[in-house]
Amino acid sequence: MCGIVGFLARQEPLRKSLGEFIVPMLTCMGERGPDSAGLAVFSGPPADGLRRYSFYARDREFDWLTFVAEFTADTDANAEIEAVESHAILTSVADPATVHTWLSGRDLPVHLLSAGRTIDVYKDEGHPRDIARRYSFTALVGTHAVGHTRMATESAVSPAHAHPFTAGEDFCLVHNGSLSNPYSIRRRLEKKGVRFETDNDTEAACRFLEWRMREGDSLEQALELGFEELDGFYTLLMATSDKLVLVRDAFACKPAVVAETDQYVAISSEYRALAHLPGVKDARIFEPVPEQIYSWTA
Amino acid sequence: MDRLISLDLAKMSVRELNQLLHHDLPAQGAGARIDILNPNGMHNIAVGLDVPVEVDIRGHAGYFIAGMNKQARVTVHGNVGWSVAENIMSGSVRVKGCASECAAASGRGGLVVIEQDASSRCGISMKGCDIVVRGSVGHMSAFMAQAGTLIVCGDAGAGLGDSLYEAVIYVRGTIHGLGADAREEPMAMEDHARVAGLLARAGYPDDTAGFKRVASARSLYHWHADAGQEY
Repeated sequence: MCGIVGFLARQEPLRKSLGEFIVPMLTCMGERGPDSAGLAVFSGPPADGLRRYSFYARDREFDWLTFVAEFTADTDANAEIEAVESHAILTSVADPATVHTWLSGRDLPVHLLSAGRTIDVYKDEGHPRDIARRYSFTALVGTHAVGHTRMATESAVSPAHAHPFTAGEDFCLVHNGSLSNPYSIRRRLEKKGVRFETDNDTEAACRFLEWRMREGDSLEQALELGFEELDGFYTLLMATSDKLVLVRDAFACKPAVVAETDQYVAISSEYRALAHLPGVKDARIFEPVPEQIYSWTA
Repeated sequence: MDRLISLDLAKMSVRELNQLLHHDLPAQGAGARIDILNPNGMHNIAVGLDVPVEVDIRGHAGYFIAGMNKQARVTVHGNVGWSVAENIMSGSVRVKGCASECAAASGRGGLVVIEQDASSRCGISMKGCDIVVRGSVGHMSAFMAQAGTLIVCGDAGAGLGDSLYEAVIYVRGTIHGLGADAREEPMAMEDHARVAGLLARAGYPDDTAGFKRVASARSLYHWHADAGQEY
């Protein structure tokens, strides 16, 4: 079992309170996934040319100032860092290839969680309630967010194995379910040069879809192919810089419920995580049907 | 007039509520009407009742609502999550909104009414209860259903009645595919009477014209060595 949550603010005032909406949802779904959690938040793009990189360090005392100083010295790219304990967001003109090359050439206990112009990702071990408090999720602002609470069934409990998974830029995916063919997907993708970071089944789905998008598919086209290629049980909630996208597999035995109003779109594994949202009693509430692609634009 | 007891889940836990319904209420005797406020999608509300009371759940509720129900008449004024009225024994459970998966799963007796849609696996493994869905049902409904009646006023999803035993399904709308060993059969006079009677009990005195009967072809009842095992 795992829990998924998503929230898309359709009106400006709600964007300032994005964290306040998503945190009770995430905490509630802690009952479905108490071992680790993660959150991806999408905000408007930063100043021209800048990209955002989210990092996780195993050591809560990690020296992020030295980290950014060395990054700047080695890459000649200006960079700024905002750090809270294990987590930091680096803002820089450096492109993802530069960051990947720099990081892989050094023996740092640091994991790159996300790259893009609008995405920030947080992942950690522990109860979602504690993780939300540790990184002050309630203060987060943005257009939309995707969260996950994990009850691990098929690979280790670690921040790297927690969701959301990311691939490429400004794309993330959370998954409730289990895939039965992640290794065959992975072997096919690795032959095409796609690199994996964990042995988690969800990473295979995430990299498969991102690979299709790099080949020119829209996310929706990639998902149509995904229905053919991904074997197993899944409710997948994905986000790009301007979209939330939700699908369930043909069996649809992993839950999802959507509440939609003029103000917001809220998605969760269970209605009880939505029950306290303003105006939810008058929302259009529905359960997504199997193999249909639901997409909302921020 | 029965006593009206109002119980607020914003002020008590589901466990406290259910203990009250299981122990205090029968001990007090006589009839009662129970209003349950602020269900807020919580699970296991009014599970395991065995008293002839009216229970109204005022809002959307979660999983396993009114599971194992005996005698009580439970109405949910909203949607429910998975497995509403699972293993119902007697009495009735009515959902004013939609029901998620596995509504009335394994139900042995009593009546379950879903006023809007029920999603996949409605009536899975039902063993004698009656189910009336005013809207449509999702895929794999009445899977391995053993006894009882499932009436669907709308459409039925793929794989309807897969591996059906002696339960009978009636569908008024489109059937998007029958499961293994389920087959459409002609409607006899008894079938119209059965549908009319059950619809009337559910509060829908409709004309029964247009209903189709789906029952087991019974070809899976015995193992056939020559069948190639391709179902």
